Amino acid sequence: MSAPINPGLRVLRSTPFIQLQDAGRYGVRHLGVTQSGALDWVAQRWANWLLGNAPGAAVLEITLGNLDLQCERDAVFALSGGDLGATLDGEPISPWRSFSVRAGQRLCFAQPRLGARAYLAAPGGFSATQVLGSCASNLREGLGGLDGTGKPLQQGDQLTWTATVCALREVPGAQVPNYRTPAQLDLVMGAQIGDFSGQSLFDAFNSDWTLDTRADRMGIRLLGPVLQCQSGSMVSEGIPLGAVQVPPDGQPIILLNDRQTIGGYPRLGALTPLAVARLAQCLPGETLRLRPVVQEAAQRHQHEWLAHWPAT
Amino acid sequence: MSAPRPTLEVAGIDSLILRLFEQIDERNMPWMLAASTRLREVFGAALIDLVPSYTTLLLHYDLSCLSAAQVRQLIEQAFTDLQPADSSNGRLHQLPTWYDRRVGPELALLARRSQLSEADVIRRHSGHDYQVFALGFAPGFAFMGLVEAALAAPRLSTPRKRIAAGSVGIAERQTAVYPAVSPGGWNLLGRTPTRLFDPAIDGYSLLQPGDRVRFEPIDHAEFIRLGGDDSPLQDTP
Repeated sequence: MSAPINPGLRVLRSTPFIQLQDAGRYGVRHLGVTQSGALDWVAQRWANWLLGNAPGAAVLEITLGNLDLQCERDAVFALSGGDLGATLDGEPISPWRSFSVRAGQRLCFAQPRLGARAYLAAPGGFSATQVLGSCASNLREGLGGLDGTGKPLQQGDQLTWTATVCALREVPGAQVPNYRTPAQLDLVMGAQIGDFSGQSLFDAFNSDWTLDTRADRMGIRLLGPVLQCQSGSMVSEGIPLGAVQVPPDGQPIILLNDRQTIGGYPRLGALTPLAVARLAQCLPGETLRLRPVVQEAAQRHQHEWLAHWPAT
Repeated sequence: MSAPRPTLEVAGIDSLILRLFEQIDERNMPWMLAASTRLREVFGAALIDLVPSYTTLLLHYDLSCLSAAQVRQLIEQAFTDLQPADSSNGRLHQLPTWYDRRVGPELALLARRSQLSEADVIRRHSGHDYQVFALGFAPGFAFMGLVEAALAAPRLSTPRKRIAAGSVGIAERQTAVYPAVSPGGWNLLGRTPTRLFDPAIDGYSLLQPGDRVRFEPIDHAEFIRLGGDDSPLQDTP
């Protein structure tokens, strides 16, 4: 076999939880196709900013670590999100900055030290097949990823990119998200919130919720007080990102990027995008709080947050 | 049926549920289709996704270009003088289906529940045009109905981990085809060789809301000739 035409990063070791993701797949949810895309879009955006990429350029979403990559040419990469004990030839690489690698070096991710997901960006974004307007990986749907069939990163895969970056940057310290303090997640109150009992609403917003081990890119279950809702099962309807649905067992499920497009459980509302990004860095067993907000206030906060985004 | 006035419900930071109807009804469909078309027209590029279901539309708009007040105005505009879509616009699809216990393990259960023979279950399931109400659950998964009451059956109490692509099932008074291998809890009665979702085809999903579907019984030889995969289900519930 001839050498790869375009050497980049060769995958030596990977897991099903390490995937190529971009900003997601839009305009096709009416066909039953889920949104996909990076769970922590804030970290993804910073990784791309560090290299001057488009905010939604394809990055590696590295959940929980256990990834080894062989660098096959000199390059500059950027790392953001959780601290998964990344090393370059054994030397620690901290997130929230770009860094240089030389051909022959080995980039490894161990396990979570802080947060749950790291994002690795390459100049111009990693190259991948676009399927329905996106290269976001979804194995269940068989869409996206390196070859378009949704597979996660696998041993032997070759990651390539097309642009060149020389300058190194860091994310301004004040803008690095804080993963140390317990998450306070803003929840935009939805129309069915009145169907929950008063006690349940009090409990929902005044209790510590524990992340269950049943957590993936479709949804994360919370354990805590049992919430009661008058309306049991409803006619299925479209589900927004971050929807907090409450099935009959009274334990909420927060629906994320790979959620089903429609469903029929009553909902408290939906997390804001910033809250979804923060949740993406929580590990099973961690506790969090939910904080009710109205849509208008959430929109104002989102606009303010984006207004503080530094120019490229 | 007069034009529906949707109630608007906050669903998320940039999403609203437009509730057009309270009940599942085949007569909703011309209005649901018309409303979808008009909303896509008036929102244009500011519409990120519009997800129709039986009685509602989830409208996900671009927060960076529209205020909540503008969104409400556009919805008002879309529903002004709304006319129902012409129901003859939907396509009629014939889905060749091999009804057999080997690929439809609930055929016997459905027969027992309805006190019909398996042949009668097949005759009744295939003797009716179904309307596509909504797509969801998986790419190209079409919720269709209504199955006649005698054939209605609740979902399996334990869903199967792996259902073959093309599997035809019943849940309550709905019927559907699993477009790809997936977990699922519907009662299976057969399998179609027809490909339902393909990023390479126009519109991606063969079945669209408002279309009508008829299942056409075929035998094993025909199923294989049409490219069907007759491998049995791996796990039983």
